[in-house]
Amino acid sequence: MAGGFTPTPTPDTAPFWEAAKEERLAIQQCRSCGRHYFYPRDFCQHCSSGDVEWHEIAGTGRLVSYVINYRPIPPADPATPQIIALVELDEGVRMLTNIVGSPADPDCLPLDAPVFVGFEPRGDWKLPVFRLAGGK
Amino acid sequence: MTAMHNGQVAVVGAAETTGLGVLAEMSMIQLHADAARNAMADAGLRIGDIDGVATAGPLAMEVSHYLGITPRWLDGTMVGGCSFLLHVRHAAAAIAAGAATTVLVTHGESGRSQVGMSRYAAMSTDSASGQFEAPYGALMPYATFTVPALRFLHERGMSRADLAEVVVAQREWAMANPRAFRRKPITVDEVLNSSPPVAYPFTRDMCCVVTDGGGALVLTSAERAADLPSADRAVYLLGSGESAEAPIMSQMTEVGTFGAFRRSSAEAFGTAGLTHSDIDHLMGYDAFAHLPLYMVEDLGFVGRGESGAFVASGATRPGGSLPMNTNGGGLSYTHTGMYGMFAMQEAIRQLRGDAAVQVPGVRTSFVQGVGMYFAASASLIFSSERP
Repeated sequence: MAGGFTPTPTPDTAPFWEAAKEERLAIQQCRSCGRHYFYPRDFCQHCSSGDVEWHEIAGTGRLVSYVINYRPIPPADPATPQIIALVELDEGVRMLTNIVGSPADPDCLPLDAPVFVGFEPRGDWKLPVFRLAGGK
Repeated sequence: MTAMHNGQVAVVGAAETTGLGVLAEMSMIQLHADAARNAMADAGLRIGDIDGVATAGPLAMEVSHYLGITPRWLDGTMVGGCSFLLHVRHAAAAIAAGAATTVLVTHGESGRSQVGMSRYAAMSTDSASGQFEAPYGALMPYATFTVPALRFLHERGMSRADLAEVVVAQREWAMANPRAFRRKPITVDEVLNSSPPVAYPFTRDMCCVVTDGGGALVLTSAERAADLPSADRAVYLLGSGESAEAPIMSQMTEVGTFGAFRRSSAEAFGTAGLTHSDIDHLMGYDAFAHLPLYMVEDLGFVGRGESGAFVASGATRPGGSLPMNTNGGGLSYTHTGMYGMFAMQEAIRQLRGDAAVQVPGVRTSFVQGVGMYFAASASLIFSSERP
């Protein structure tokens, strides 16, 4: 990772960012329909129930898609290609993220590869990023 | 059939800005005004005839006041680059309902020169995208809109060559169009291997041009259109649809297909009472080369997984069965930032028979738009004939 914008949490998203600061990945689950959802909000995305709770999850999933961005713009370092990726977590939710710890090379980034979460400092917060399981 | 469809509402004026491409001497609002005045002249109407104004980028009253219009109907719907297609649909409803008589839809954007631009594109770090996408570098369209493409290709056993085929097909249209920004002949190999990498799997030629320009439309009832000097150039709205999904790309319902394309296009076909074989010409908003592939599948012109072979077969090129993006598209013609207006302008030129590269005998055109990456969709079906 080579820097970038720092997120500004809002009341509905603060639990996500507070957990990330402690290097825990937390998302919401609906107690009414049982499904997880993302991005954070005070009611279930699927059934509109307000009976929802935060869960710390393992942070494992798979690589769904990505680009290797050769033209990052400040505040990221323009000289360091970014792997901007979609990952699907085991709980069924999808997140945008960066793949770190792998070369910016399509041969090293097979789709559906297993990934696991890590955290990188960003401003006053920590950003969930992902690594390929078994990657170098 | 509803009162807003079936040819009850007509486009009676259509024009782009006088210049197109690099217009550093003009601000955004000047581009709106130039296009608007050209479109009103095309319609044979004066400013006092306009009672409705719709736009995206600036506020609707910034445009109406600048032009000297006192509106009784305003629409500032802003869902990204296809906003102007929604404006046409909303204007048709307003005209059918009597809420407006004659509506002006304007677009202008100093996308390349950045003169006098609105701040609609400003990113806030506490928005959904500011918190969950921008920190990862998903800021510029080429690093965001492009992310789902590898999945689309992977699910279908397709490859980057299928993206390159889209570029080559559309360049063939642009080569003969003097207003097109990129006109140099190009091969699949050059798109893949000579064009500079931007965001793998995309090279520069798989990404749209960045230009200054604008366009405007004037709409009124078909009944009133018949009495205007432009009556013989009127183009009729047969059907339309609009839909949306998530405001951030990562939350689109499925990655390899866009539900909003499927829903809005189905409604356009349904309201028009037409099927795919009735369509002579297709404009599919192509900010990047994967979008026409999504569109021909999600609109149902071909089956799942058939889009690459369809484009590679030449079906969308001059002489093909479904001429697509016949101005060269966003990839080669122009792309100011919100391209939707230009897709409609080319559809209308083809239906009027005065396109730079004219397809013989176009009577129906399908215009498919996309907005804010994979967030919003709008679909319109126009005809040169009133049913």
